[in-house]
Amino acid sequence: MVCRYIAAMLRVRQLMSDYGGPFDLDLERGECVAVLGKSGAGKSVLLRLIADMDPGAGDVSLDGLDRGRCSGPQWRRRVVYQAAEPAWWAPDAAAHFSAGDLVAVRSLLPRLGLAPELLEVDIARLSTGERQRLALVRSLAGRPDVLLLDEPTASLDGASTTAVEALLTERMADGLAVLLVTHSRDQAARMGRRAFDMVDGTLHPS
Amino acid sequence: MTIHLDTFDVGVAALLVLVNAAASLALGLQVHRQLLWSAFRMVVQLLLVGYVLRAVFAASSVPATLGIVALMILAAAREVAVRPRQRLVKGGNFRIGALVVTVSSIVTVALALTTAIRPVPWHDPRYAIPLMGIVLGSVLNSASLGLDSFFEDVRVRRAAIEARLALGATARQALAETVRASIRRGMIPLVNQMSAAGIITLPGIMTGQLLAGMDPLEAAKYQILLLFLLSGAGGIAAAGAVYLAARSVTDERDRLRIDRLQAPAKRRATPSAAPNARPPAVRARAEGKGTPPRVG
Repeated sequence: MVCRYIAAMLRVRQLMSDYGGPFDLDLERGECVAVLGKSGAGKSVLLRLIADMDPGAGDVSLDGLDRGRCSGPQWRRRVVYQAAEPAWWAPDAAAHFSAGDLVAVRSLLPRLGLAPELLEVDIARLSTGERQRLALVRSLAGRPDVLLLDEPTASLDGASTTAVEALLTERMADGLAVLLVTHSRDQAARMGRRAFDMVDGTLHPS
Repeated sequence: MTIHLDTFDVGVAALLVLVNAAASLALGLQVHRQLLWSAFRMVVQLLLVGYVLRAVFAASSVPATLGIVALMILAAAREVAVRPRQRLVKGGNFRIGALVVTVSSIVTVALALTTAIRPVPWHDPRYAIPLMGIVLGSVLNSASLGLDSFFEDVRVRRAAIEARLALGATARQALAETVRASIRRGMIPLVNQMSAAGIITLPGIMTGQLLAGMDPLEAAKYQILLLFLLSGAGGIAAAGAVYLAARSVTDERDRLRIDRLQAPAKRRATPSAAPNARPPAVRARAEGKGTPPRVG
């Protein structure tokens, strides 16, 4: 128990690939850390490496459990990466959720200004902003411990952005940790206690 | 009874090729050179095969038959490897092609020789080699179509596949739809071939046997047997090639390893294709998207 109290929840040490790093980062339970930086600086590289979407060297652990001791899918159910442009693998929205999650998902949609009927609609007919919010709901559906968000409000208006931030803040109060890539310094200040600048594939405290 | 062809008979038919070439010249189709060259190649290749087979049939030795079969398998494997527009790095296509072609063709041909046709001896080259040839033709078609479809689909649907993986799906789950569609694609020619046989076309083997004087019903039976064999071999080949390809583009951490696919073969240098011509490392840096090779 003592160990758990001291250990940061997500611990990243000397994580690197040919495309960026080495990265060192700690993320506490319920904390949001923001990562800013120019396009191409390596922000997505960092998120993908933490989620184990790309091969790399270095150590990553969650609650003291080394990433290598669980399978890739097990890890990615706890540490969910959401790409800047969410992708969809079925025509209708509902097919992207497991049947067991649908009730919770329906009740979550209005929080982000989305109608529950949206689940029955063809994905291609949704607006970019609707898809982006739906992607956040999809990422939250499995109740991950860590959310790696790549510009989750890039195509949202002010009201939707506020709704997204409020929902994330609420989940953070329940213990969710968020690593947030954003272009907005204001959003970084609102959401994160700490922020980093990504410059040429390395993190610098902001 | 077989009617033997002499040089004059074949020469008359060759006139048709010359007529075609003349038409190409007259109409400015620009294919006369290719037409004549490929006709010439065809004549040389087939005569060569005729001489080689005559020698092998006369020898009727196991090593000679095996040698020919091995050469045919190698050629088919190479064809499976080069036909898809995308290639795996480090000769991955050839490895898949070789494994799939060898297993599917040998299994089906051995089955046919030991159960249905039963020549004496069972490895009689007069049966083994033509059978191998026709099975290989079908196998390489199914395997290369399956591979091509799989690689193309993985590239096009990469973001959707990765979205599933990012939410904790296994590579098997994330690729299931792509795998199914690609195997289906590899098997379509077999279905088409069987449903058209006899109505729209007289299959090549049957035509050959009829021309060689065989009773039509006997020729039909042979053709039925062959089509069964071909569909069996093609199915194994398509499924095998696609499963092996799926293994090749994923790793033990259930990641999609698109970095193991080379950039598609260049066609024309169009402005839109230019960014893809940059080395992957430079491109990834520029886009901030990581698909790093090696390490880990």
